[in-house]
Amino acid sequence: MDMKATKKKLGMKERYRILTRDLGWEPGYQSKKAIFPYVEYEGIKVHDWDKWEDPFRLTMDAYWKYQAEKERKFYAIIDAHAQNNGHLNLTDARYLSALKIFLQAISPGEYAAHKGFARIGREFPGVGTQVACQMQAIDEIRHAQTQIHAMSNYNRYYDGFHAFADARDRIWYTSVARSFFDDAMSAGPFEFMIAIGFSFEYVLTNLLFVPFMSGAAYNGDMATVTFGFSAQSDEARHMTLGLECIKFMLEQDPDNLPIVQGWIDKWFWRGFRVLGLVSTMMDYMLPKRVMSWREAWEIYGVENGGALFRDLARYGIRPPKGWDDAEQAIDHMSHQFMLGLYQWSFGTAFHSWIPSDDDMAWLSAKYPDTFDRYYRPRWAHIKKLKAAGTPFKNYGLARLCQCCQLPCVFTEPGDPTLTCHRETVYKGEKYQFCSDGCKDIFEHEPEKYIQAWLPMPALFSELGGDVAAWMDWVSLRDGADNGDYDGSRDQRHFDEWRGLATSNL
Amino acid sequence: MAVTSLKEYIGVARDRVENYGGKQIVYLSWDHHLLFAAPLMLCLPPATPFGEVLRGPLAALLQADPDAAALDWNEVEWLKDNQPFVPDPSLSLAGNGIGHKDQLRFRTPGRNTLLAAA
Repeated sequence: MDMKATKKKLGMKERYRILTRDLGWEPGYQSKKAIFPYVEYEGIKVHDWDKWEDPFRLTMDAYWKYQAEKERKFYAIIDAHAQNNGHLNLTDARYLSALKIFLQAISPGEYAAHKGFARIGREFPGVGTQVACQMQAIDEIRHAQTQIHAMSNYNRYYDGFHAFADARDRIWYTSVARSFFDDAMSAGPFEFMIAIGFSFEYVLTNLLFVPFMSGAAYNGDMATVTFGFSAQSDEARHMTLGLECIKFMLEQDPDNLPIVQGWIDKWFWRGFRVLGLVSTMMDYMLPKRVMSWREAWEIYGVENGGALFRDLARYGIRPPKGWDDAEQAIDHMSHQFMLGLYQWSFGTAFHSWIPSDDDMAWLSAKYPDTFDRYYRPRWAHIKKLKAAGTPFKNYGLARLCQCCQLPCVFTEPGDPTLTCHRETVYKGEKYQFCSDGCKDIFEHEPEKYIQAWLPMPALFSELGGDVAAWMDWVSLRDGADNGDYDGSRDQRHFDEWRGLATSNL
Repeated sequence: MAVTSLKEYIGVARDRVENYGGKQIVYLSWDHHLLFAAPLMLCLPPATPFGEVLRGPLAALLQADPDAAALDWNEVEWLKDNQPFVPDPSLSLAGNGIGHKDQLRFRTPGRNTLLAAA
């Protein structure tokens, strides 16, 4: 039976009001304080939650529709990639090391972000905020899933993908990302928003995702490019949420400024340390490189970040405290990291290698002030050791930073030839750090960071220093997942299969 | 306030010396010798004579550096807590006042092959 519509469809604005703001109500038999107990202890003062603007005005019904459409496209391409042996279109299987690090360190971060946004969606009193956080919580779990699904194809053919969850929890180079998210999730809701919504999503995501997804495209990895596209429109929404939150806090009360500034200082530095992994992927692990880490920093750090902080200056916000130290580290960090990854490669669930002569020529062109002077001599010596049949393995495990949990591979600001040594004593216990930035973060909240579970000391405290037992415990298969790419099973398989696909031998 | 929290909060330090089965952590690094990407971590009984640490585990780890063969422990300058320090090789770690998670640095002025090659 045909019925005549008596009423016009709701307009966008009205629809948003009804499906979002209209869902809130004034509690009758419980106090607001009892319902939202975590919203005040961080010291952020909010006078009017209705001032929270959601620039996207997305309602849940529309959200589901968009996301479902993206999922359908994503899985169609992933299936095609699997059926057509898409892995043989890679430039080279060295590329997979970047992917393995991403899967072990970053994808679990998406899942952690999901848990965090689900939590703060409950903890914030404002309805607009609750809905936005709820959507982001669903986005983040979708990102974790699509990334895992996209990369699971590679697990059929290559080593190092099979136990990413164990690697996330137990291995040493992932703890920089894990501790970043653990730190954020054990903070209050406002600090969480600055950590993930602002620092990670707004200031740093471009440096992580743009080079990484372009790297995937340059190196023939359609599976990864596809999840990049599928996540892209979400990221735009996340960035807006982060920026909106920071402006909201600053506009609500002038007392919020010093607290927010402290969080920006802290989370910029913590995020910058996570990016250390990314710098190495960009400069060393992509067989076909997109741009250098230095070039990416110029665009996404200096230009975009600079514009952002100029915009926030009207609220009294200044650029993060560690900005100058970060700028100094740009020309060094990828080299310092890769040298570390190579000498500890017996303990990594991915392969590393000595850069070829061509690679070194590229690095010296991109880093004219630092590579030949500081890093080429080390690589040259390592190459000599390998040629002599005594490849360099550093079995002296590394001192880890109590805050970012990375090996202390970083040098003194102003002296790239000297390791940065920082330490402090708290309640009679000594703690070591990689930098002033990390030491400052510790000293602001020592009761939090003294609890850090540091993977390398734990090898001694929990496993008595037994490296073979440690490998079992982190699900690392010695001789398959770890070590030099040169001579690895990944290298052999890729060359053999690609040979079958492209020749008649 | 030592942590931002709803009420008083006391953390538990994870790396206390009691957790290391009678041993302790010592960090060692050779200034300006960055072939070793980070300070080295050793886990040793506090009664280990300092000279034995130098001749044993440390010497083994340092071998890869081209300056290692010429190292003369009588000539190196030491730092502990980033301050000048004079260890007695015949005394133990404990006897030298080297505590759990202490960082020792040593310097060999004039010897820096991998940097000079640049």
